[in-house]
Amino acid sequence: MDEIIAAENLRKTYDNLTAVDGISFVVRKGEVFGFLGPNGAGKTTTMKMIACVSPRTSGVLRVFGQDPAQQPAEIKHRLGVVPQETNLDPDFTSFGNLVTYSGYFDIPAHTAEKKADELLEFVQLQEKRNVEVEKLSGGMKRRLILARALVNSPDLLILDEPTIGLDPQARHLIWEKLKTLQAQGNTIVLTTHYLDEAARLCDRLVIMDHGKILVEGSPSDLVKQHVGEEIVEVEKSAEVLACLTERSIPHEMTGDTVQIATDSSREIVKILLESCQPKKMLTRPATLEDVFLKLTGRTLRE
Amino acid sequence: MLHLFSVPTISRRAGRVWYRNLVVFFRTWKVNFFPPFIDALLYLFAIGMGIGTYIKEVDDVPYINFIAPAILAISVMNSAFFECTYGSYVRMYYQKSFDAMIATPLSIEDVIAGELLWGATRSVMYVAIMLPVLVAFGVISLPLSLLALPLAFLGGLMFAGIGMCITAITPSIDSLNYPMFLFITPMMFFSGTFFPLALLPAAFQYIAVAVLPLTHIVAIMRMFTLPALSWTILLHIAWIAAVTMIFCVMSINLMKKRLIV
Repeated sequence: MDEIIAAENLRKTYDNLTAVDGISFVVRKGEVFGFLGPNGAGKTTTMKMIACVSPRTSGVLRVFGQDPAQQPAEIKHRLGVVPQETNLDPDFTSFGNLVTYSGYFDIPAHTAEKKADELLEFVQLQEKRNVEVEKLSGGMKRRLILARALVNSPDLLILDEPTIGLDPQARHLIWEKLKTLQAQGNTIVLTTHYLDEAARLCDRLVIMDHGKILVEGSPSDLVKQHVGEEIVEVEKSAEVLACLTERSIPHEMTGDTVQIATDSSREIVKILLESCQPKKMLTRPATLEDVFLKLTGRTLRE
Repeated sequence: MLHLFSVPTISRRAGRVWYRNLVVFFRTWKVNFFPPFIDALLYLFAIGMGIGTYIKEVDDVPYINFIAPAILAISVMNSAFFECTYGSYVRMYYQKSFDAMIATPLSIEDVIAGELLWGATRSVMYVAIMLPVLVAFGVISLPLSLLALPLAFLGGLMFAGIGMCITAITPSIDSLNYPMFLFITPMMFFSGTFFPLALLPAAFQYIAVAVLPLTHIVAIMRMFTLPALSWTILLHIAWIAAVTMIFCVMSINLMKKRLIV
């Protein structure tokens, strides 16, 4: 079956809040699919509905062709979930956590123990095998949670902010492991606030805001489509602004810089240098972050 | 009524949650095995032999033999209630263990059922450790006193259910002090434990029998340990069974309401 997840007009409302407002998407086998959006966009709620722990209010949702409302245990048997919050079992060691968790999947003890050692090696925690989880660092805990999500060799991996609060070393290690899993043909759905992470990992992604999907596509297509190839940043000054307005070049102000999205930075730079007396200026490739801010605005969210 | 009494579907996976708690119990056995010992000895010395020096007999029974079943009954109450209030609350709120569990094939119903069974099991273990002490002091009779073990399970399940209902609605861990002081502690004294119910004013006697769960456990326990069996045991068992059923079902539905949003 090609479609791992299929959602149509999926909605989730609480008493007087619409968390997910009629979204439709399809995740296919073997792809890494990302959910991006500011806080409160509905990403985590969507993850929870897919993971069969939060019932949907209306719409259609199928995971492995099954309905989370009807066959949660069957679906969950094939899922690996990395939650946003670290919820390892503090009463056990690293190894104990993996074995105990395997028990919840009805995996026989000897199989679970063998798999646990393999996974500890996979996330490079074999030295911490018999250490109580309370004594692990934040990065180690996230890695152990990733290992825990893999005890049942899941067909679909759901990651809610897998690298939240990690240092660059730990993030890179997690990315490397996710790349390995992807190469092995795993289907992965993830949410993240780190747009470089999304650009690096996702085959396709959606940007959500206020419970709705704003855009969908591959990271590079989205950048090309919504921003362009490059961004020219110039220090803000009256001359520069007047100059840009006069030539009706679209630009955006952020703090004390002016940003100009363009497909040919040379031309813009030439105009600026020749006739606008720019102070500081730099050219950089457009990123997913530019798309994100363009679509969701710069206003701070709660 | 928010489906408070709808009968939950529970799978045998509830046993996994029970087993998880059992493994942790044995991992930390040192802190789990001594309290029952100490508890039994404290009661026997302080109340049995201390107060018992002045009160020789109650209803023709040596005072220490009269309170021995009460010690067991109170332990049944305390261990299950404590486990399913403070213990479960910590696992639910601070350790997020329930969230981790329901991400697996376990349902919330399985998780809570496993916790309830575990609460009852704690009562059985507590009683199992106390029994040899009481036997050694010659204050309970064998073999009928061995029935304290199945009774501990039933009574434990009742207090587990009551405790879990409170856990499901408590706003914070501090609020769990209220049922402790307003419900558990008074019950410890007014359920025919250290003096016969008959000494209470008639109205209080009715209240004790009608609404204090501990009263029924003490009554059955005393029938086993003296021994002094009577047909009224059936009424006590029926009362406990009914209350157990109601609170266990209610606790699962309340927990579902709290955790599944």
